[in-house]
Amino acid sequence: MHERTAPPGATAPVFYEHEEHAHGDGGTLIGFWIYLMGDSLIFAILFATYGVLGRNYAAGPSGAELFDLRLVAVNTGLLLLSSITYGFAMLEMDKARIDTTLRWLAVTGLFGAGFLAIELFEFSHLIREGATPQRSAFLSAFFTLVGTHGLHVTFGILWLVVLMLQVRQRGLIAENQRRLLCLSMFWHFLDVVWIGVFTFVYLMGAMR
Amino acid sequence: MFSNLDLRQLIFGRLTLEAIPYHEPILLGTFIAVAIGGAALLGAVTWYGKWGYLWREWFTSVDHKKIGIMYVVLAIVMLLRGFADAVMMITQKALSVGASEGYLPPHHYDQVFTAHGMIMIFFMAMPFVTGLMNYVMPLQIGARDVAFPFLNNFSFWMTAGGAALTMLSLFVGEFSRATWLAYAPLSGAAYSPGVGVDYYIWGLQIAGVGTTLSGINLIATIAKMRAPGMSLMKMPVFCWTTLASNALIVTIFPVLTATLALLSLDRYVGTHFFTNDFGGNTMLYMNLIWIWGHPEVYVLVLPAFGIYSEVTSTFCSKRLFGYTSMVYATMVIAVVSWLVWLHHFFTMGAGPTVNAFFGIASMIISIPTGAKVFNWLFTMYRGQIRFDVPFIWVMGFIPTFVIGGLTGVLLAVPPADFIVHNSLFLVAHFHNVIIGAVVFGVLAGLQYWFPKAFGYTLDPFWGKVSFWCWLIGFWVVFTPLYILGLMGVTRRTQHFDDPDVQPYLTVAAIGVFIIMAGILALLVQLVVSYFRREQLRDRTGDPWGGRTLEWSTSSPPPPYNFAYTPIIHDLDAWWDMKKRGHDRPLEGFRPIHMPKNTGTGVILAGLSTVLGFAMIWYIWWLAALSSAGLIATAVIHTFNYNRDFYIPAEDVTRLERERTAQLTRGVGADA
Repeated sequence: MHERTAPPGATAPVFYEHEEHAHGDGGTLIGFWIYLMGDSLIFAILFATYGVLGRNYAAGPSGAELFDLRLVAVNTGLLLLSSITYGFAMLEMDKARIDTTLRWLAVTGLFGAGFLAIELFEFSHLIREGATPQRSAFLSAFFTLVGTHGLHVTFGILWLVVLMLQVRQRGLIAENQRRLLCLSMFWHFLDVVWIGVFTFVYLMGAMR
Repeated sequence: MFSNLDLRQLIFGRLTLEAIPYHEPILLGTFIAVAIGGAALLGAVTWYGKWGYLWREWFTSVDHKKIGIMYVVLAIVMLLRGFADAVMMITQKALSVGASEGYLPPHHYDQVFTAHGMIMIFFMAMPFVTGLMNYVMPLQIGARDVAFPFLNNFSFWMTAGGAALTMLSLFVGEFSRATWLAYAPLSGAAYSPGVGVDYYIWGLQIAGVGTTLSGINLIATIAKMRAPGMSLMKMPVFCWTTLASNALIVTIFPVLTATLALLSLDRYVGTHFFTNDFGGNTMLYMNLIWIWGHPEVYVLVLPAFGIYSEVTSTFCSKRLFGYTSMVYATMVIAVVSWLVWLHHFFTMGAGPTVNAFFGIASMIISIPTGAKVFNWLFTMYRGQIRFDVPFIWVMGFIPTFVIGGLTGVLLAVPPADFIVHNSLFLVAHFHNVIIGAVVFGVLAGLQYWFPKAFGYTLDPFWGKVSFWCWLIGFWVVFTPLYILGLMGVTRRTQHFDDPDVQPYLTVAAIGVFIIMAGILALLVQLVVSYFRREQLRDRTGDPWGGRTLEWSTSSPPPPYNFAYTPIIHDLDAWWDMKKRGHDRPLEGFRPIHMPKNTGTGVILAGLSTVLGFAMIWYIWWLAALSSAGLIATAVIHTFNYNRDFYIPAEDVTRLERERTAQLTRGVGADA
């Protein structure tokens, strides 16, 4: 059906690959980066919403009246430390030491749990004072932004626990290393978002 | 608070027998028809003992080709539903003038136009486009599957779950009456206390997860899995438009998710994001929803542009004119589409500076789009044009789309927009571009790639009948709407006092039945082609004289697509291989590494749909149970490390021998 019009004497180029090559990581990392970008857009919308509604107090309390900066500073410290300890876990993973990797992961999880406990304490305190999400648009936006971050940390901890079980079960095989790397990106991402929350919501809110 | 909670409420939430609309004759009739049809279908599957086959070969399949086909089937089913809504709307309008009230009360009419818009965009156009991208793009880049085959299956079932939930609202409860974008504060708890908006929200949130993940998947596939030699600038234009479309998807669907989540909080928790009181801001909702909504238009239309490019180049037997400018035009359209959302509400009162910025940005989009139109025209110029069915869709598309584009430029001028804002002129404009570009495009794609997927071409006679009915019907419907819009008739109107509008509406109603004939002809075409499949059989795998790699495999392609990965030297890779003489390898096949099928996607999507239903009806125990089930299933899935297998070399050899036999027979049949 198809005529060949290659000039005489020309050697036909190679059209098929006879040796199969492995596909590397198969795109997991780029896929996960794109996921993180999408997730950061969710946070971008929540930040923008807070930016628009953040002063609509509806005659209710403002950030300056509500926020306890010392508590938030402790919280921020815990989350930043957890990022460092996750980094230590990754260094141990590179040295193929299962036990110390697991130990640093456990420390990371504990810091995360501490962060969550303080956040829940702060929320319950606010709600007891009558500063509920239903009180004003400012409080709706505040609880949603900070709460969404907290929800991410919760799922991060769940993921961490599952991964620790899997590392114990199968060791630091390639799949588990890839998963640890993805969780590491996720964990640091939550840290970055928190720096935004800390600056934009708490510090600037306390100054108003 | 707990004292007045009785047991019935605890178990069924706000779901009561009253929610079943047995007192509405239209819905009752629909339900009986659906029940009979559904029972017949399920009965037939059971009778022929096909459940196991469907489960193993289709529902749990991670093969991008099968998933693509399932997406298109879903889209065609939902096209019928969305079109039924359109027929009801336009006939109601034509009948309900002066003293007559028509047959749809406002309560029902508002649900119909909301459902029409939402279903046509999310469950017709999106699955159709996604299905074609899923099927074709991996073949065009010489890959064996997508980057994340399991996610692909999961994405499809989430889309199907969202569609199922939306369809369920017909028979259990009601659907939203708050327009297809659920404008606040109308969609808030104060003005829409019923389940309608909740159906809308959960249908979209569940489908949205699928769409976002499928976007990530297809981008990663293009980034990492192109065959050797295929640099970005040697990718077929359809792959470029797929890339642009999915890049838009992953940036805008998170916005939709967040916005609908905030609306849900307003409805479920009582927050004040989009309420009129306690500091809420309704225009914030408009901005957020259109930050998603405008790029969404380009998510749909860019792949359609890709289809037109492939079809034009193939049927003009000529390399696409201006490939590089086509690629740049695609990317410029994608980028600028992020910057135009405010043109949907120039009348908000943001002031002349803001309106001028968004007006000019909107007009700028017409420049790369115009460049594309000229590229298609110059591809035809001095080409050897074959007027097969896929190509006549391009012929219908170009004039239709140009007129739709021009009315769009008119609407982009803020002062002119103030006059026709929310009028039937606007309705005619966006149908002009969505039908004229997206629907014509996916139908061209269906005609073009159908033989690749099923091994036989579609019957051309019925294809042409379908095309002409669509094209003529489209103009008969929307020309009167343009005129009515300029006369100042507003959209979403259930009744008209002024009898002067009736002649126009009657013409439009006649047009909708011409389009209906086009849809029926399409269905007849599918059936006729199936029965004539032996005459229409394509044994070459390349029925149109194609130029890109999908035509280099058999039709339908083997599960692994390519026994040997092709090496690319030219933009029109398959054309180059045919021209310079390639020898299809006949021996030395090796085992091929492939992903295993899994039922996890079906289970996760099923649980999500149950969760959505429970949340809509306030059945809290079921919501908690299905959430726990979702998390448990997802976690258990990660403990499965055994996800792939090898297709043995003997199987590959056998399949390739069959292909060789087909090809040798094909030479005779071809001549």
